[in-house]
Amino acid sequence: MLAKRIIPCLDVRDGKVVKGVNFKGIKEVGDPVECACEYNAQGADEIVFYDITASHEGRGVILDVVRETAKKVFVPLTVGGGIKTVDDMRNALRAGADKISVNSQAVQNPQLIKDGADIFGSQCICVGIDTKKAPDGSWTVFINGGRIDMHLDLIEWVKTVERLGAGEICLNSMDTDGVRGGFDIPMLKAVVQAVNIPVIASGGAGQLGDFADAFIKTDCSAALAASLFHFKELTVKQVKDDCRSKGIPVR
Amino acid sequence: MTVIIDYGAGNLFSVKNALEHIGVQNEISSDPERIKAADRLILPGVGAFPDAMRMLDKANLTSVIKEQAGKKPLMGICLGMQMLFDKSSEFGLTDGLGLIPGSVELMKPKGLPIPHIGWNELEKNGSCPLLTEDKGEYVYFVHSFAAVTDSRYVAAYCDYGMKVPALVQNGLVFGCQFHPEKSGEIGLDILRRFNSL
Repeated sequence: MLAKRIIPCLDVRDGKVVKGVNFKGIKEVGDPVECACEYNAQGADEIVFYDITASHEGRGVILDVVRETAKKVFVPLTVGGGIKTVDDMRNALRAGADKISVNSQAVQNPQLIKDGADIFGSQCICVGIDTKKAPDGSWTVFINGGRIDMHLDLIEWVKTVERLGAGEICLNSMDTDGVRGGFDIPMLKAVVQAVNIPVIASGGAGQLGDFADAFIKTDCSAALAASLFHFKELTVKQVKDDCRSKGIPVR
Repeated sequence: MTVIIDYGAGNLFSVKNALEHIGVQNEISSDPERIKAADRLILPGVGAFPDAMRMLDKANLTSVIKEQAGKKPLMGICLGMQMLFDKSSEFGLTDGLGLIPGSVELMKPKGLPIPHIGWNELEKNGSCPLLTEDKGEYVYFVHSFAAVTDSRYVAAYCDYGMKVPALVQNGLVFGCQFHPEKSGEIGLDILRRFNSL
């Protein structure tokens, strides 16, 4: 039976993990390769590097991070942030990434999803979506790190990305992100029902039980968290033990 | 020496990284002479079946792989595994290498998403030198097509709304539908066992 995946995400700027990670023996400013190794040892099913490097010149550094990690960590690696072209995708894949995550760029240029899927295969293309509830009860899609409301209907958008060949959707609820009250169950349910590709829950995990809760209440395939694991409040292993004890298949 | 066959497709470096990590002498090559000289062969692959077979033909590697297949251990990974079969229906019917009887068809798991992405448990089906008797071994899959073949060629299945051939074997020809190079310690162990054949 397919296991539910637990995915830690590392926010990386100029080759360093941004959030004040303090793993044993690791400096305040985290080394992403060491963090990835630590998550791997905890049983992470995949590792996501999200590049938030602002400058164009700094962009190449994330590729070095991936290259080094791929020599030590033998689980799937995803790179996201700043992927604008098929060449960006190719460079990340060549560096050792297994999947590419596109977000704002896909909204502005949906053809990027199709081009990426045609060339590298659907399994390579994960579409990240930042979304929030609108006053009328629907959800709309935001870009640029949640700063710009595109007034694009979420359900319409997820169906479009599936049609364009995306292999997976990473759904980040801006309503629950940072609140730490659990994943956005109604939103997840609506998206899982609308598409037939795997959906990753993101945004809102604050406690141990939140992960199992998402898997019990929705058919999402995976759950992603960043700060919870960064700050060592929980380990991937604790989350998996909790899921296992509730009858959820995990690796 | 294990040769990772380079025909212009696939995740060669992930496989190479994994072999380096477990200390297996290896090289990436598209040279038929190196393939003939190798102790073992690995055929990787990511992408679409017809393109991959065309690239293999274009690199003049189809016949040398067929000829070497019975003589030394060969492992196909993911699309490389699918290419070991007689034919595939991905984007029209295309001939494969014909090293394991069977075909490759689009998966139709009831009510489950496609592609089949993630960690799934191996359900062993007879003995295979690449596997232990252990239960609860999860490996990483990413695919939409799957082999349709006789149970005697299947060393392990996984359950994804249907029985999916996960590890296949015909003599010295092995095929992993999953990615051993991305399957953590279990995957590395499978590569270790293959490389000690």
